[in-house]
Amino acid sequence: MSTVTIEAPATFEEAAAALAAATAEGRRVRIVGAGTKLGWGNPGTPADTELHTTGLDRILEHNAGDMTATLEAGVPLELAQRTFAAAGQMLALDPPLGGPGSASGATIGGVVATGDCGPLRHRYGAPRDLVVGVTVALSDGTIARAGGKVIKNVAGYDLPKLFAGSYGTLGVILSLNVRLHPLHECSVTALGAATDGRVLGSAAVALAAAPLEFEALDVAWSGGRGTLLARCAGPEARRRAARAARLMADAGLDETELSDRDGRLWERQRDHQRSEAGALVRVSVAPTELATVLAAVEDCGGRLVGRAALGTSYIEVEPGVVDRLRALLPARAATVILDAPAALRAQVDPWGVDGERRAGELELMRRVKMRFDPSGTCNPGVFVGGI
Amino acid sequence: MVMPSSGSPLVADLQEICGREFVLSHQDELATYRSDGLLHYRQVPVAAVLPATADEVQAVVRACFEAGVPWVARGSGTGLSGGALPVSDGVLIVLSRLRRILSVDLENARVVVEPGVTNVAVTRAVSPTHFYPPDPSSQIVCSIGGNIAENSGGAHCFKYGFTTNYVVGLEVVLSDGSVVTMERDPPGYDLLGAFVGSEGTLGVATRIALRVIPAPESVRTLLAFFPDTGAAGDAVTAIVDAGIVPGAIEMMDALAIEAAEQATGAGYRTDAGAALIVELDGPREECLVGLERLMTLCAAAGAMDVRIAQSDSERELIWRTRRAAFASMGRIAPAYYVQDGVIPRTRLAEVLRQIDALAAEYQLRVANVFHAGDGNLHPLVCYDASVEGEPERAEELAGLIIKACVDAGGSITGEHGVGVDKKAYMPSMFGEPDLDAFQRLRCAFDPHGRANPGKVMPTPRLCGEVPGPYRQHPLERAGVAERF
Repeated sequence: MSTVTIEAPATFEEAAAALAAATAEGRRVRIVGAGTKLGWGNPGTPADTELHTTGLDRILEHNAGDMTATLEAGVPLELAQRTFAAAGQMLALDPPLGGPGSASGATIGGVVATGDCGPLRHRYGAPRDLVVGVTVALSDGTIARAGGKVIKNVAGYDLPKLFAGSYGTLGVILSLNVRLHPLHECSVTALGAATDGRVLGSAAVALAAAPLEFEALDVAWSGGRGTLLARCAGPEARRRAARAARLMADAGLDETELSDRDGRLWERQRDHQRSEAGALVRVSVAPTELATVLAAVEDCGGRLVGRAALGTSYIEVEPGVVDRLRALLPARAATVILDAPAALRAQVDPWGVDGERRAGELELMRRVKMRFDPSGTCNPGVFVGGI
Repeated sequence: MVMPSSGSPLVADLQEICGREFVLSHQDELATYRSDGLLHYRQVPVAAVLPATADEVQAVVRACFEAGVPWVARGSGTGLSGGALPVSDGVLIVLSRLRRILSVDLENARVVVEPGVTNVAVTRAVSPTHFYPPDPSSQIVCSIGGNIAENSGGAHCFKYGFTTNYVVGLEVVLSDGSVVTMERDPPGYDLLGAFVGSEGTLGVATRIALRVIPAPESVRTLLAFFPDTGAAGDAVTAIVDAGIVPGAIEMMDALAIEAAEQATGAGYRTDAGAALIVELDGPREECLVGLERLMTLCAAAGAMDVRIAQSDSERELIWRTRRAAFASMGRIAPAYYVQDGVIPRTRLAEVLRQIDALAAEYQLRVANVFHAGDGNLHPLVCYDASVEGEPERAEELAGLIIKACVDAGGSITGEHGVGVDKKAYMPSMFGEPDLDAFQRLRCAFDPHGRANPGKVMPTPRLCGEVPGPYRQHPLERAGVAERF
């Protein structure tokens, strides 16, 4: 049995050299941050080397006046958030940070590489929308930068977006330049409930069209009952949340209320984007298809949290009913299995990509992979289509 | 490769595809298309072709591919970096006949359009409940396809983001004539994210799905005058530090105010060193509270005068005057270069001082108009082409201004793109390994270099074979995948 070597570079140069050496020696490299999402994607080809980014743990810049920062890939997101919060700022990314075997929680590099996000995506977008620059190491040892440090910049190709969500298959993210936002001191959340998924779905569409600038607009569903949550922040958060609650009542939701100690509510939304023993499926549909998704969840005895205006939901079900869930979802739904027990992972394609419908796109993705990582060194096999 | 001429088989093929009247190949017919919005670059293509449908675009690209001929896609031709400058041995594909709005789905906040649809037509299609935020100042004529190519911004992107944040789906014709659809947030690489802003070098978009958002219920516009740009910059910093996110923050310096005021007579104070337009939009309660705070912050930063637009017409006049700054520069100078540098906002005062010093040294006048929230400067370097050596001096000065932006940690372009105009500056921002990484993306999409060659990259590059040691991937061994 072959042994897996561990590399833990502390500098960009060390990381690039480790990668180049692995390529030269024909070793396959698995890139690891905090290790909270290592189970995502295909199991992939077993690695000969693990390259840990946790030694790249410096916050290189926090330009509070410009509301930007440069973080090495291994910086725990939670730690970065504490630094930004001290200046009244935040990086508007709030995915769940925990995971098996991690004390420090998810790193910024891992969050960006997997494109993971939480409820704040409603207003601020995904990692690809907040990363303005990137430094990467490619498998031949090249250290390349793209983008910049300013929030507005169109010079050169947008490689930060290409690397965001690429699961480490194009190279190793060494550092990221990110855009920050003001951290609001107070927030108030309006809530409304329904036992009919169609009522909840139409209320979600109504709230999504309201000009109230929600920080987040989420749904939650389990056990035949669902909730719509609209979070407002800013000096007039309470008044806006009260208007949101009235809109919810108009849309047929019951038990509308305001919560100004809403931190726990949103922690729960985030926590339910993970599953310890079951299967966790991320589903993307048109927002108006939410009712269909809720019916599927109910049928499968599952639990859902999701972004009402974006059509992205996270569904936890028993591993045995994943196929059934997929069959019940709208035909063009994108379904990606994130957490899953090893037995399920060995049976199904977690990416759920319709290879026929997306043949052209897949071919182009393979060409991108071949150009950036022609030796197939980085995270081989974990990605869509076996990339 | 044989250079195609007006009588070549390719031109006959193009006529077959699009109809004889939509293929222009005579010099006089082509004059309109020899430049985009940047008029000092001119190049006549072999032919300009005006397809009417996505299928015709695909057939045109395929015909070019088979003939080994490069091509350039053009929208409305308003770009300011020469991105749609034709190539002399190639075909210009003009997309202005693809102007259908294919669907409007307000419940899902989605609009699907053809690339020739104008920017403003998207907002019109979803008004009054929704709007499409990216608003380049040419929005009345510029096309969505061009906006995709350039990742266009505008005055409102500090709060709302750029074109790339609103594109949710694309149908793209690659340079070999194949069609690829790309989705936002797909399982897989963000090809769509890489395509937006690629300046027509990765392919041509033929169908575009956009996200729109609820229109703000309240808009409040404030116009403040300051003794100098430093004080106005302090006000911007104070506003942003207070956690206020205005829809737009625009600044003009004394020379820009002078030119714009001559054009519109809006009552801008010509004794001021700087004018600041701050627009708050959003929920009405937040705008009311925010406006109070804005007035306090402007006064604290030393504002000479603060005015609030009391009506839509007053607001429109403020904006018309701001938009007039470019066009009206002709009143005070015969010609100008417009730059598009970006700096970290906190370096504003310092960089403006550098620009002033450079202008004095070169004995040229520089007017400054900028999107102050995101540090995007548009210095207008004024010159007189009839004075010997002055155009060259102006160009040199414009280059030094861009260098000052890069040295301050900024960018050579915030929204106009690199095109042909700024490609020589790319090495000031990116090293050889960085440019090589860009080229890898280019080669994945367009290995033969047929789509808009000669743009973006500072020197011509070929793709060649995939480099590095070859190792067969398990999927290839299984016959599932091939190497390209």
